[in-house]
Amino acid sequence: MKIKPLQIIAHIILILGVLLMVVPIWISFASSSHDSVTILTEGMKFHIGDQLARNYNEVLNEKGGWSEEVTAAKMFINSFIMALGIATLKVVISAMSAYALVYYRFKLAVPIFWLIFITLLVPLEVRIFPSYKIVSDLGLTNSYTGLILPLVASATATFFFRQFYKTIPDELLESAKLDGANAWSFFIDFLVPLSKTMIAAMFIFMFVYGYSQYLWPLIMTTAEEYWTVVMGMKIIYTESYEGVALPRTAERFAYIILSMIPPVLVVVFLQKWFIKGLIQTEK
Amino acid sequence: MSFLDLKNVTKIYPNGTKAVHETSLSVDEGEFMVFVGPSGCGKSTLLRMVAGLEDITEGDINLDGKLINEVDPSERDVAMVFQNYALYPHMNVYNNLAYGLKNRGIDKETIEQKVNDAAKLLQISDYLQRKPSMLSGGQRQRVAMGRAIVRNPKIFLFDEPLSNLDAKLRIQMRLEIKKLQQKVGVTSIFVTHDQVEAMTLADRLAVINNGIIEQLGTPIEIYDNPKSLFVAGFIGSPQMNFLDGNIKNKTLSAEGFEIKDIDSDFEGEVKLGIRPEHLSQSENSLINLKVDLVEQLGSDNLVYGHLKDKKDFCYRCPGNLTIEKGADLSLNIENNKYYIFDKSTGKRVN
Repeated sequence: MKIKPLQIIAHIILILGVLLMVVPIWISFASSSHDSVTILTEGMKFHIGDQLARNYNEVLNEKGGWSEEVTAAKMFINSFIMALGIATLKVVISAMSAYALVYYRFKLAVPIFWLIFITLLVPLEVRIFPSYKIVSDLGLTNSYTGLILPLVASATATFFFRQFYKTIPDELLESAKLDGANAWSFFIDFLVPLSKTMIAAMFIFMFVYGYSQYLWPLIMTTAEEYWTVVMGMKIIYTESYEGVALPRTAERFAYIILSMIPPVLVVVFLQKWFIKGLIQTEK
Repeated sequence: MSFLDLKNVTKIYPNGTKAVHETSLSVDEGEFMVFVGPSGCGKSTLLRMVAGLEDITEGDINLDGKLINEVDPSERDVAMVFQNYALYPHMNVYNNLAYGLKNRGIDKETIEQKVNDAAKLLQISDYLQRKPSMLSGGQRQRVAMGRAIVRNPKIFLFDEPLSNLDAKLRIQMRLEIKKLQQKVGVTSIFVTHDQVEAMTLADRLAVINNGIIEQLGTPIEIYDNPKSLFVAGFIGSPQMNFLDGNIKNKTLSAEGFEIKDIDSDFEGEVKLGIRPEHLSQSENSLINLKVDLVEQLGSDNLVYGHLKDKKDFCYRCPGNLTIEKGADLSLNIENNKYYIFDKSTGKRVN
């Protein structure tokens, strides 16, 4: 096969794109395997050093924070619970509210939909004080419920589900009705399996969204046992060196690499469905 | 009381459109009833009201001696085959058939047996594990029928189920539906806009126009004896020829010819209807046709020509007659088979 010049150019562009994405991650990883002194004196590294196990072990198990009690491992668990909770509930609630909006033809369906839609203009950061007030009045500060609940409504996902449900032919509902399906079984037996690629795609988006929350957990949690990974990145390694100690650069890199793993795993496991959900609708 | 009884059924949509006007109709047990009419005439609405998918604005529907106006579709014990089949795309054929039974709480072994029986009847046993997207049009059609049969309903409703198939398959499926209905013996209502389908399938036929049943009867009754201009024009292929005419003293004059001693006391403007197949060439001619075009179908020729003012007048003659374009034909009406309709009301007057 003859390779055309255009293809070469295309490949060069693609390769550059890949390098742009991969090189910083590689540098972080390589640097995380040296000790901090090396990094500070010689700069970032492209090759693997000999401190890999030590650095990662230290990051995961060293107790940090003000009380010297919270470990990074605990923060990973917290972040994972939070992201999982947010993603799951967001998908469930959005799918169900879209179902109500599309299939229950009440008069206010359209205004309500637009009301939900304009909440896109009011992200959590904008309404953070009222949200905090409500959550604290409910006594939910320093709890997983408090971390998750204010973030579970999603206009974006509701919108996507609504658009998808609208493409499902009416005959399917009618046929299901004649087959004795009620409102609940139509949702479970038809809409959920038909939109499973969509659900996977939404789940990934929402997981990453939940995982990367910073401001909300920062305000919400005073107890260290509820700290999340993204908070820890800032807190742990600025608090833990005092004056004379050197910045623990290598451990920070290790921490960054570790913090990337959970979202990557979710994407890897769901990517088959994710791609399907983006490029085709199974009908 | 008959098996299915519609009494003064009316449907008015919320936007004020009146789709069905005070329609009364009864269907006997085991009968194959066909609703035929042009699109938008209300035939599907009527069917959907029987299924329970549309609310009934006024009137009553009784099925098997029970008023079903307010009964939920799933409780009515009706099965419907949709135009686009509405197969469940994420379930394999087996589950498509079994879904309705599962919802009824029937035990697994009975379901399996019923599904297998229906599959055998429809010759889809080999595809039970396939998804609908892996089936051809005809196979999907069979699965849709299977889904209806397996539930053993009181009545089958078909909403133009053949219109998505190609011509050859349509004829084949038409035959299969008829055979199947005779074998299973379930009361059926079949909606179509295709008059050939209607004629071939129906035990009885309801010709519907603008939400009103124009005529109800066996296919042959309707063909031989159309009661209105609409029915006459709709049933029969090629379409009946219509000529403007006038009746005075029992004599009808139209397009330069006269018919004397007609069997009607009507006087005034009329439409004269003559079927293309009721014409023949003869010496003592009534109609002089100037031939414009001949369609040779093999068994028949369709000859199109013009009279004095009337264009596209059709005459159907045996395929072995050779007729040239531009020829002059003298035609007569066989056995006085002509139809006269009041021009203003469209009602038959002879």
